[in-house]
Amino acid sequence: MCNQAVGLVAAELERQGIATVAIQLLREVALAVRPPRALFVPFAHGFPLDRPGEPERQHAVLEAALGMLESSETGAPVLLDFEPSD
Amino acid sequence: MGQMSEFSVSVRLFLKAYRWRRIDPVPFTRPSKPLSQARLALVSSAGFVLPDQERFDESLRGGDPSFRFIPSDTDGSILIDTHRSESFDHTAMRRDTELAFPLQRVRELVESGVVGSVAMRHLSFMGSITAPGRLVKNTAPEAVRALVDDQVDVALLVPV
Repeated sequence: MCNQAVGLVAAELERQGIATVAIQLLREVALAVRPPRALFVPFAHGFPLDRPGEPERQHAVLEAALGMLESSETGAPVLLDFEPSD
Repeated sequence: MGQMSEFSVSVRLFLKAYRWRRIDPVPFTRPSKPLSQARLALVSSAGFVLPDQERFDESLRGGDPSFRFIPSDTDGSILIDTHRSESFDHTAMRRDTELAFPLQRVRELVESGVVGSVAMRHLSFMGSITAPGRLVKNTAPEAVRALVDDQVDVALLVPV
């Protein structure tokens, strides 16, 4: 349910003028709820930023997500897949 | 979806039958300034609270739609996990709160110049909300108004 909750809050943020990007752990929920910008990550629930205690891997997810805010993509919603470098 | 396989059969059946709240139309705001000049707020649904804050209410049937403000200079190690869901493993995010509420990671992004600044406060929700009407109509608008007042430009949302 977290994926839906953050999607709904993201929509409200956008309605009030704050641009957003939401991490999503379940692709089908991202497709059903449609947060404005979503980065789909292939990690288990409880691990949205990849691994505990590994700042570099967490930064990789964050920078991919924030990079979506600088995209000139015009069609909302935008869904991007994160590919970890393993 | 491979990841549905993480859950028990009963949770999977629930998720398949659940009527997801579709966002339509999809609101879309372009950032008004480059990321390197923008003020960033975090929104986490991990159910974290500060030691002196009330826990999220795990007894509310449709989920607790309330939120907590978490000051941006908070040491993440003091955060308490009060997320009620037993559908996922909480261990990792308790050990490293950065995994679900990256307070220090975003400070590092400011230091490295990727992000302009962090907001004065971030938002913590508990994402186990099966009846999101009150979230959508009441608590999300209220929470967002605070971030607007704080002159936040962009927000990163992290579910667990």
